[in-house]
Amino acid sequence: MIQKANQWLRRVPVWLVWLLSSIPLLLLIWDTVNGGLGIDPVRDIEHRLGRTALYFLIATLCVTPLLRLTRLNLMRFRQALGLICFAYVCCHLLAWAVFDMALLWPQMLRDVVKRPYLIFGMIATLMLLALAVTSNRYSIRGMGANWRRLHRLIYPAAILAAVHWLWALKVLELKPVLILSAILVLLFLRFRGVFGILGGLGRGSGRG
Amino acid sequence: AFGLTGAPSALSTDEKPNSFEEVTNYNNFYEFGTGKTDPAQYSGSLKTSPWSIRIDGMVDRPGSYGVEDLVPDAALEERIYRLRCVEAWSMVIPWLGVSLSSVLNKAGVQSGAKYVAFQTLLDPEQMPGQRYRSIDWPYREGLRLDEAMHPLAMLATGLYGKVLPNQNGAPIRLVVPWKYGFKSIKSIISITLTDKQPPTSWQMLQANEYGFYANVNPQVDHPRWSQATERRIGAGLFGGRQETLMFNGYGDQVANLYAGMDLKKFY
Repeated sequence: MIQKANQWLRRVPVWLVWLLSSIPLLLLIWDTVNGGLGIDPVRDIEHRLGRTALYFLIATLCVTPLLRLTRLNLMRFRQALGLICFAYVCCHLLAWAVFDMALLWPQMLRDVVKRPYLIFGMIATLMLLALAVTSNRYSIRGMGANWRRLHRLIYPAAILAAVHWLWALKVLELKPVLILSAILVLLFLRFRGVFGILGGLGRGSGRG
Repeated sequence: AFGLTGAPSALSTDEKPNSFEEVTNYNNFYEFGTGKTDPAQYSGSLKTSPWSIRIDGMVDRPGSYGVEDLVPDAALEERIYRLRCVEAWSMVIPWLGVSLSSVLNKAGVQSGAKYVAFQTLLDPEQMPGQRYRSIDWPYREGLRLDEAMHPLAMLATGLYGKVLPNQNGAPIRLVVPWKYGFKSIKSIISITLTDKQPPTSWQMLQANEYGFYANVNPQVDHPRWSQATERRIGAGLFGGRQETLMFNGYGDQVANLYAGMDLKKFY
């Protein structure tokens, strides 16, 4: 079954992923134009963009574990998923700067250097920026082993992004806690040996 | 909802009130969930009648009072107040109610009393948000007696010419316009006069972020965000931010309550 899925996936063009990933943005624009956002549209726009970016970040993180654990191969789409995540991060930042902060640069700068949750968000953004600009074929070839090392930054970036969400809230809320837990599980899966153990369990339970 | 009317008040701001829609669909009332629309969505389960408020502690006439005993419809005033949330957004709301001092005087404050403690209903059946211990329920708030006796401090039972909707703290709530919104405790079931500063919910949760006074103060930031500016709800996508005023613009009336106090220390 996995083989069939992989065969089918090979025929899916990458642009289709880009097209589908624009749906959350189009829905947000639709809701904004049609007054579907509720009483404070600024907050909703900002938060929805941020959440969407995190979902794509987690999707990007899932590609390798899925391949190793289930043999489902989404590797062709990983670069696109990462870049889409970064695009949503940019929209999130833009919404914050333009709608929320009304481009009050002095207050924005003061806030960014002083507020932990903004610092976390900004560091995560810088990390993702580094990954985005080196996600092309030339960088992968040119950087060799350094590329892999650099792209491990996706884990600290993901953790910082989730903490950025948690830290902005007045009380502990369930959703960001679940997101952070998911990221930590995905990180755990990347440690050497974990796949071997899980794979062994899978084989032991009567596959193949 | 039943219509209510109140005499216009000289304490009202001439700023344009937010719409009824805005005032009743963008609420912080964690007893019904932490989302801004949770209170409007889930507060239908709150039974506001019959309702009684226990007044006890250092008063001459302790006891259980009905809402109508404390805030008779005939005594209602309409007061249009600014509301500044600690989250750096604000609204303008036409409340219906009476001065808190009139209620405290009915109970007869004894001379030794220094503080007023308030409590919200505790009932997870009616308030589903209380099933999660995000806060140590019941919600508690308090004022110094001179703050409570200030003419601006009011108990509201309505807004916009209507009985208070559940999501706004029915059937009776506090409104203290020069303090962050969380001080204005909702759905009050008890008022206690005491000589000790009472513990308050947000201070109990995070004392370094929320103090007992919680006066609106653009010079003292929340440790995690600036309080220098605020966003007026309803201003639109490009509404921008406006400067937050000391004591939420009520400094002329209330600054003398805090004369000589270091407001950086007593935040």
